[in-house]
Amino acid sequence: MIRPAHVLAAGALALAAAVAFHPGAGPAAAAAAEPPRVNDAAVQQGIPRTLAAFGFFADAPGQVPAARVVPYRLNTPLYSDGAEKLRFLYLPEGTHLAAAGDGLPEIPVGAALIKTFAFGEGAGRRLIETRVLLHRADGWLALPYLWNEAQTEARLALAGARIDLVTPRGEAISYRVPNKNQCKECHGLDGAVVPIGPKARNLAQEWLAAIAARGMIDRVPDGADALPRWEGAADATGGAQVTLAARAYLDVNCAHCHRPGAMASNSGLDLRWEQRDPRALGVMKRPVAAGRGSAGLLFAVVPGKPRESILLHRMASAEPGVAMPELGKATVDPEGVRAVERWIAAMEP
Amino acid sequence: MPAWAETITVAPGEGAQERLQEALILAEPGDEIVLAAGRFALTDGLSLDVDNVTLRGAGMEASVLDFSGQQGSGEGLLVTSDGVTLRDFAVENPKGDGIKSKGADDIVYHAIRVTWTAGPRASNGAYGIYPVESTNILVYGSEVSGASDAGIYVGQSSRITVRNSVATDNVAGIEIENSRNAIVERNFVSRNTGGILVFDLPDLPVMGGGNVLVRHNLVASNTTANFAPEGNIVASVPRGTGIMVMANENVWVGQNLLYDNPTAPIMVIAYPMAFDDPDYNPYPRDVTIDRNMVDEGGTDPQIEGAESLLAAFGGALPPVMWDGLSAGEERATLWVHPDLPGWSLNLPAQGEGMAGARPGPLEAPEPGPAISTENWGAGAELEARIR
Repeated sequence: MIRPAHVLAAGALALAAAVAFHPGAGPAAAAAAEPPRVNDAAVQQGIPRTLAAFGFFADAPGQVPAARVVPYRLNTPLYSDGAEKLRFLYLPEGTHLAAAGDGLPEIPVGAALIKTFAFGEGAGRRLIETRVLLHRADGWLALPYLWNEAQTEARLALAGARIDLVTPRGEAISYRVPNKNQCKECHGLDGAVVPIGPKARNLAQEWLAAIAARGMIDRVPDGADALPRWEGAADATGGAQVTLAARAYLDVNCAHCHRPGAMASNSGLDLRWEQRDPRALGVMKRPVAAGRGSAGLLFAVVPGKPRESILLHRMASAEPGVAMPELGKATVDPEGVRAVERWIAAMEP
Repeated sequence: MPAWAETITVAPGEGAQERLQEALILAEPGDEIVLAAGRFALTDGLSLDVDNVTLRGAGMEASVLDFSGQQGSGEGLLVTSDGVTLRDFAVENPKGDGIKSKGADDIVYHAIRVTWTAGPRASNGAYGIYPVESTNILVYGSEVSGASDAGIYVGQSSRITVRNSVATDNVAGIEIENSRNAIVERNFVSRNTGGILVFDLPDLPVMGGGNVLVRHNLVASNTTANFAPEGNIVASVPRGTGIMVMANENVWVGQNLLYDNPTAPIMVIAYPMAFDDPDYNPYPRDVTIDRNMVDEGGTDPQIEGAESLLAAFGGALPPVMWDGLSAGEERATLWVHPDLPGWSLNLPAQGEGMAGARPGPLEAPEPGPAISTENWGAGAELEARIR
């Protein structure tokens, strides 16, 4: 039933993106697209019950963005049971990002990050949830919105939800939509909610240059685009490439909790990209609160011995209480496991 | 409590997961969320991130958060806000930890029960009651059994009181780890592998455990075979350990009743493994073992060479065991009440296991004058909340 709309939507998305990336396009082209505007009041106050209230999309079911809502992708994305993730950045008129090294650029108050999770391809694509991060005067607010069966509307799901679905690899799972607090479990740093994904090192040079040309960032940040494009990265050859893939994966999938000031700070494990101390990265580090997650192994990472490394064991598990990450994962990511396994195997004992 | 504070009651039954979680999210500071009597069947971890909220059940046998069907999250209930009171409910069979409070200052756990109902199993979660990286913690009148690590575990925290609580059938009953200014008193600690552990470990953000008072506890029959997954520090605790102090400073152990802890009623040791963290002190310092009521001691020790040791000491190892390792001349290691006999492994070096042990009688000076415990334990305002 909804197939034609989707086809149209895809066309509109392409057009909107083209306009977004080519501000120099003629006035006629711009006028033809004339996308709707975001509702700034909803971004900045209240807790809207529906995603539509924000006006982030010209066509929400089709994921066609409104004006100044720019799609982006991450070089190495967080694994989410194979969900397709559609990411958008909204910047209000007259505001822009400010480059701040290879980490998160400074994001102005009034901005929003929007991420839709979908499963299935083409006409079979089903939107599951859209998570929004709103930058308000008093800090960032994370809210989850759950799409209805008819795919016409996404409603606030403060308490989260469970959805039965089949992943791209054919695994039937109970997919977890996080509740509002669980958003903070990953996005919490030193007591505040912060964005995780759009760090300059994980954004494409081309995209940054394009939004710089539109005045949406002051310049392309130093250290941008350092993380590898994930497609194929897990199977890269050569020591440097193997390390790059694993460290990128750990930074994106683990380090939002495993770092000082975040949810798993008490573990003493710090898996950030910039961490250089092998012990902090888990090398010959004994577990502290792993419980049965240790599986009888003695160290987080044993150089040359992936099978004796707790870190890999927990990545390779889908069982609650053992599995890492604790949230947002019902299935094991074979590519992530492969990347980290090869990294540990190649380590000098 | 502010005048506008609300009481929100949540009942078990259809949609309990969403209804309870929504109540926890929408609570305002000062609110009380009441769990009606009954069994809440939960599929996911719950969490509370609002300051000064009370979560109260109808009693630790009446209101049960049942996580037997849990499909996600690393714990049953997670608290990340300050000033929270948890009281009068139970958590059963969480897949990971029971109740974890992280960076949650001024927290009270009162009459909380965390139970893994199948008894000691390696597949049980690690910790029952688990405050970590927090200041000002009161655990009172609570019960934990079945934890595959520690029943009541307080880590990387300060100003802690664990009182009138019951820890049974865990690997460790009560554990105070990498923490300071703690009082553990009037608890019943039985059928664990080890009763009460006071530990400090390397490679952690918070180290330097000390100022710990362990008194008036009944520590009996901690004879459960160790069922902790290997790799965790408690997996190395021998079955039959009563009170164990490792790598801490200024610890006072007195007026406890210790019975049937057949490896060692009281054990004082250095961190046993090799380490290379330059900021870590592996030795016990200024540990006082004052008057305690103790039986004959280590009648069935789970120690290398047990048979010859038993023969040498006349059938039972004396109640106080020391590994013989100390920080050096500048800090006293151990004072022991003269009524309490002890023995030492006389190990020659830290981190080298039992190599070179020369077991012999313990020679330790008598305890000096009582030490100050000012500002140890939870503040009076937490005690006031449970009256």
